[in-house]
Amino acid sequence: MDNKKPEVGWDLIIEGTSSLFDLKFRDVWRYRDLLLMFVKRDFVSFYKQTILGPLWFFIQPLFTTIIYTFVFGGLAHISTDGLPQPLFYLAGITAWNYFADCITKTSTVFRDNSNIFGKVYFPRLILPLSIVASNLVRFAVQMLLFLSMIAYYYWSGTVISSGWALLMFPVLVLMMALLGLGLGLIITAMTTKYRDLAFLVTFGVQLLMYATTVIYPLSAAPEKYKHLIELNPMTGIIEAFRYSFLGKGEFSTWSVGYSAIVTIIALFIGIIVFNKTEKTFVDTV
Amino acid sequence: MSQTVINVENLSKLYRLGEIGTGTISRDLERWYKMRIRGQADPFLKIGETNERNKKGDSEIVYSLRDINFEVLQGEALGIIGKNGAGKSTLLKIISRITSPTTGKISINGRVASLLEVGTGFHPELTGRENIYLNGAILGMRKKEITSKLEEIIDFSGVERYVDTPVKRYSSGMYVRLAFAVAAHLESEILIVDEVLAVGDSDFQKKCLGKMQDVSTKEGRTILFVSHSMNLVERLCNKCLLLDNGIIVKNTNDVRGLINEYLFGNDKNSVHEWINQNQRTCGNEYFIPLRMFLCDQNGKKMGNTVSNNEDIYFNIDLQVLNIDPALNIGYSIYNEDSQIVYWSLDTDSEEERWPKIQIGDCSLRSKLPKRLFNEGTYRIGLLAGLHNRAYLFDPNKNSPFIHITIQGNLSDSPLWTEKRYGVVAPVIEWFVPPKI
Repeated sequence: MDNKKPEVGWDLIIEGTSSLFDLKFRDVWRYRDLLLMFVKRDFVSFYKQTILGPLWFFIQPLFTTIIYTFVFGGLAHISTDGLPQPLFYLAGITAWNYFADCITKTSTVFRDNSNIFGKVYFPRLILPLSIVASNLVRFAVQMLLFLSMIAYYYWSGTVISSGWALLMFPVLVLMMALLGLGLGLIITAMTTKYRDLAFLVTFGVQLLMYATTVIYPLSAAPEKYKHLIELNPMTGIIEAFRYSFLGKGEFSTWSVGYSAIVTIIALFIGIIVFNKTEKTFVDTV
Repeated sequence: MSQTVINVENLSKLYRLGEIGTGTISRDLERWYKMRIRGQADPFLKIGETNERNKKGDSEIVYSLRDINFEVLQGEALGIIGKNGAGKSTLLKIISRITSPTTGKISINGRVASLLEVGTGFHPELTGRENIYLNGAILGMRKKEITSKLEEIIDFSGVERYVDTPVKRYSSGMYVRLAFAVAAHLESEILIVDEVLAVGDSDFQKKCLGKMQDVSTKEGRTILFVSHSMNLVERLCNKCLLLDNGIIVKNTNDVRGLINEYLFGNDKNSVHEWINQNQRTCGNEYFIPLRMFLCDQNGKKMGNTVSNNEDIYFNIDLQVLNIDPALNIGYSIYNEDSQIVYWSLDTDSEEERWPKIQIGDCSLRSKLPKRLFNEGTYRIGLLAGLHNRAYLFDPNKNSPFIHITIQGNLSDSPLWTEKRYGVVAPVIEWFVPPKI
C-alpha cells in the first residue's frame, strides 16, 4: 500500500518531539467554551450545600482584616502610611489573596486533575486558565467589599485621594493573574516529577506575603532590606494597587515596569515548561 | 477504496520501570549529560529487550509499544485485542493525545473523540443537565452543539426525571447512562472506545452497542475499540489487531480467525487433547488425571472442530489412588468471554446413578448436551473436589484444559443455522396448545 501521503493532507500529526515554542493557542481558543464551563463548575460547587453561599467570599478577607488590625496595627503598631488600618490591610489582603490563590491553585493542577488528564484530551492550559478566571470572579466579589469599605470611610470623613492612577487597575489585575499563573505553571510542571516543591508552595507563599508590602508600607521598611523587598515583583504591584485606590504608597513607573517584565518572563517560561510536561506527565504522576 | 484516516508509522513508547523518587535527579542529570552533551545513546535503555510483564529484565526502561505500523480506513471498526499489558491502552492513549509517543508519528484526518472512561470530569455537585454541558465540553463539543442535542442526549440516557438533580444522588447505573449518552452524541469522525460498555444494565448495553454499530456502518465513522470481550469485538469490528508485548502480531480482516488464534494459540490441534506428560501427581492423594479428550460414542477421539449435531463425549482417564465418598469429578466449560457456561459433575444425578470409580486405572465419560452450544470456541477445564471441603482441581488455578470449537449445524431449521445472539443456542420445542 502506498503510504507516502502528502504531509498537508492531515488534520493532526502526533509526534514524539515537537517544537518548544509550539504553544497551541489555537487549540486553547477552540476549547474556550470548556473554560467557561470550568469556571462555572468551580463557582457553583463552591457554595452548593452551604447556608451562606457566596457570602463566604466576604467572610475570609473581613476576618483576616480584623485580625491584622488587632495584631499588626494594635499590638505591633506597624505604620499604615497614615491610612485607616482596616482599609490599609484590606487593600493588601484583597490583592494578595488573588495572587496567592492563583499561584497555589495552579501549582497543583497536574496532581489534582491527573484523573481527567489521564482519560481525555483537551488543551491542558485550559485548566490553569480556568483557575485564574474563577479566582477572578472571587476577586471581583472581594473588590466589592473593599469598595464599600472605601465608601464607608469616605462618608465618615477620611480623605481618600484616588485619581488617574485608577486607570492602572485592570493592568495590575492582569499582572497579578499572569504572574501567579506563570509561577504556578512552573511549579506544577516540576512537581509532577519531584513532589518536594508541592510542600514548599503552601508555606512559601505565606512567607512571601511577609516579603511583600501587605501588612506594612514600603516606606516603613528598614533601609537595609528595602531593595530586597523591591526585588519581589509583587511589591510593585501591591504598592501601585494601594496608590491607585487610596492615594498612598511608593508608586513608581520603574517598579511597575519591573514587575511587568518579571511577569512576562515567568509566564513565558511557565507556558513552555507546562506544555513540555503535559505531553508525558501521565506516565510519571 | 476509502480514505486513510489514521496512519501510524514506527510508533514506539518507552516507560521507565520502578520508583520515580529519590535519585531521579542524579539519574536525570547523568542521562541528560550523556545524551545531549556527549551525544551518546540513552544509557538506561538496553536495546533488544521485550516488555514481558512476568519476566524480570535487566533494563529499567522497557518498550510498551515498539515499531507499530498500521493504518485505518474511513468507516472501519478496528478491534484491538491482547493480554493485559500488551500495550492496547497505551496505543489508545497516544492516539487520543493523552500521552505522547517516544518516537514515531501518527497522522490523523478528522476529529477524534476518545472514550477511555465514561463520565470523565463529572462533578457530583452539579445537576445532570450541567454535567452534560461540562462533560460535552471536555470531550470537545461547543456549547451550541450541546444545546442543539440536549433533548436527544437526555432522551437516550433515559434519566429525564432526574436531569435537574445533582448527579451525586444518581444510582451508578444512571450516572453511566447519562455519561455514555453524552459521548454517543459526539460528532467526531473517529471514535476511540476502551471497554466502557462493561457497565450499565443489559438493556443499556444493547443500546450502546446498537449505537456504536450505527456509528460505524450507517454514519461511516471510524471506530477503534479495545476490549477483552471477544464476543463484542467479533460483533462490532470488521478488522482486528492483535498486540503482544508491544508488537503487532497480526492485523487482519479475519476477525474470528484472529480471535481464535489469540485465545487458543496457533497450535490448534494439540489442545483438543490433554495428556499428563510426566505423570504429575497434581498434589492430591485421591486421583491423578492421565488424559482428557473428546470422543464419539465408540470412544474414538475427535478433532477439536465439531458440528453441533454430533454426539460428543468428554472423556477423562485417571488413576484413582483413594476413594472418598465426597469426591466429585467433572468439568467446567467456558465460552470466549471466559464466562462459565455450566459445571457438570459425576455426582449431579441421584445417588444410585453415580458412576462407581475403582482404585487403579479408570475412565469417566459424559455426553455433552447436543444443540445447546452456540457457535464458538469453548474451554473445558477439569473440575474436582471434596464436596464442601476443598477443591482438588480449580479451573481458575490449576486445572488442565482442552478446547472445543462448535461450528455449523446449529439447528435443522432452514432459518437458523448460524451463530446467533445469546450465550447458548438451544433448540427448544414450540407447539400450539390444544384448545380446551
